[in-house]
Amino acid sequence: MEWYILLQQMINGLALGSIYSLIALGYTMVYGIIKLINFAHGDIYMLGAYFGFYALTKGGLSLGPALLLSMGLAALVGVVLERIAYRPLRSSPRITALITAIGASLFIQSVSQIGFGASFKPFPQAIPFQRIAIGSVFITNRQLIMFGVSIFLMVTLHLIVQYTRIGKAMRAVSMDKEAAMLMGINVDRVISVTFALGSALAAAGGILVGMYYNRIDPYMGVMPGIKGFTAAVLGGIGVIPGAVIGGFMMGIAENLVVALGSSTFRDAVAFAILILVLLLKPAGLLGKRQREKV
Amino acid sequence: MAILEVEDLHVYYGMIHALKGVSFHVEEGEIVTLIGANGAGKSTTLRTISGLVAKSSGKVVFDGHDLEKVPAHKIVGLGLTQVPEGRRLFPGLSVEDNLFLGSYLRRDKQGVQRDLERVYDLFPRLLERRKQQAGSLSGGEQQMVAMGRGLVSRPQLLLLDEPSMGLAPLLVREIFSVIEEINRQGTTILLVEQNASLALDIAHRAYVFETGSVAFEGETRMLAEDPRIRQAYLGV
Repeated sequence: MEWYILLQQMINGLALGSIYSLIALGYTMVYGIIKLINFAHGDIYMLGAYFGFYALTKGGLSLGPALLLSMGLAALVGVVLERIAYRPLRSSPRITALITAIGASLFIQSVSQIGFGASFKPFPQAIPFQRIAIGSVFITNRQLIMFGVSIFLMVTLHLIVQYTRIGKAMRAVSMDKEAAMLMGINVDRVISVTFALGSALAAAGGILVGMYYNRIDPYMGVMPGIKGFTAAVLGGIGVIPGAVIGGFMMGIAENLVVALGSSTFRDAVAFAILILVLLLKPAGLLGKRQREKV
Repeated sequence: MAILEVEDLHVYYGMIHALKGVSFHVEEGEIVTLIGANGAGKSTTLRTISGLVAKSSGKVVFDGHDLEKVPAHKIVGLGLTQVPEGRRLFPGLSVEDNLFLGSYLRRDKQGVQRDLERVYDLFPRLLERRKQQAGSLSGGEQQMVAMGRGLVSRPQLLLLDEPSMGLAPLLVREIFSVIEEINRQGTTILLVEQNASLALDIAHRAYVFETGSVAFEGETRMLAEDPRIRQAYLGV
């Protein structure tokens, strides 16, 4: 194999990996705060792509405003989803909420199929396609946008979580809900904000990928959802930097498999990684092994 | 006037009747202590007052507010703060951030700054450690952070649940003298404590809990002389 093919696939991997990181962040933040794997997260990503699609076509917006609008709408969907599907189950066994999340995922997919149509839609090209050649490898402007927007959002999220009042409240709630209440923190509201942030990131990912692959459909969230989840587990679920690292590793691993000539297996990589992590290092790369408290 | 009035409080944990009609009151400016054996219901009482545990009947009135329908996170805003048993710091956050969260509801930045300085005054060691993760501190330092975090909410009434738990005797003395100092500076204190002799030493009045209800009550000077109390709780 020529080295430049490897390099090319690394670049493709970084671009795609940045999306997996965005999705993984939503999984990991929600898990960190209410110990729930929100399996409907991939479907919010899909909704984000559709919101973007309509904002660009029917709404006639340009890419930036469409992105913001879609992120806002997806945040709203995330908040409503938590409010009606998960909050009533907050004190139920975790498996109940998990099954509900799978149900919510199927529900969103089916409703979207009715609302948006089951067939593919071509995603509008909000910006003209350009390819930049560096020696024998190519970077497209879409990849650059994908990567750049993702990194920007991740840095923004980091600043929010580390330095703002609500970010500190989020971390406090994830560490000790009861103590957080004793500080006067409205735990329900912090959980809503967490869903809003995670959903907005996923929606951004949906639009960027819609643009990258030129098409969207109501089931487009399933695979990226699983890959984002795997990325979160790989990095250590509940650990924010872990989600970012996990996402990039997933993207690169997937594209390396393609580079090795077996693009048939690109989706299988996610499952292989998931199985390996659970067998060898269930806490993930950055996760701490936690003893169950007695 | 009583700043806190608890009337005929009943709490169940499933089938277990944990509080069987607890009544007591705290006057403004006092240190009142609840003492008694493990499992007598002292902590449950504090947790019920703060809204962490649901009561089945009874009444809690703080500073004229009936706390019946007030959710836990709104009680702090009324001026009633609890420093929970086991400190319950946010271990991954710095000392500074833990203290910041204590002032979460306050909007008067200058006032918060003054209260922070007061906390660093009471516990100079925290000033050196303010950038450190709270989880990495010693037990005594963690107790100081927990109390400081309670103080920066500027409570009228501070509930302290087992502040001496797991601390070396010397530190316990230090913590208790700070509790007296906080009280002198004008904060009313309701103290739950296993170490009955220390608690009786600094408190004005005490309630002795036995299996979910108040068995004795009175001024600490009187209780400390009562042979039944001396035998059962002071070990003399």
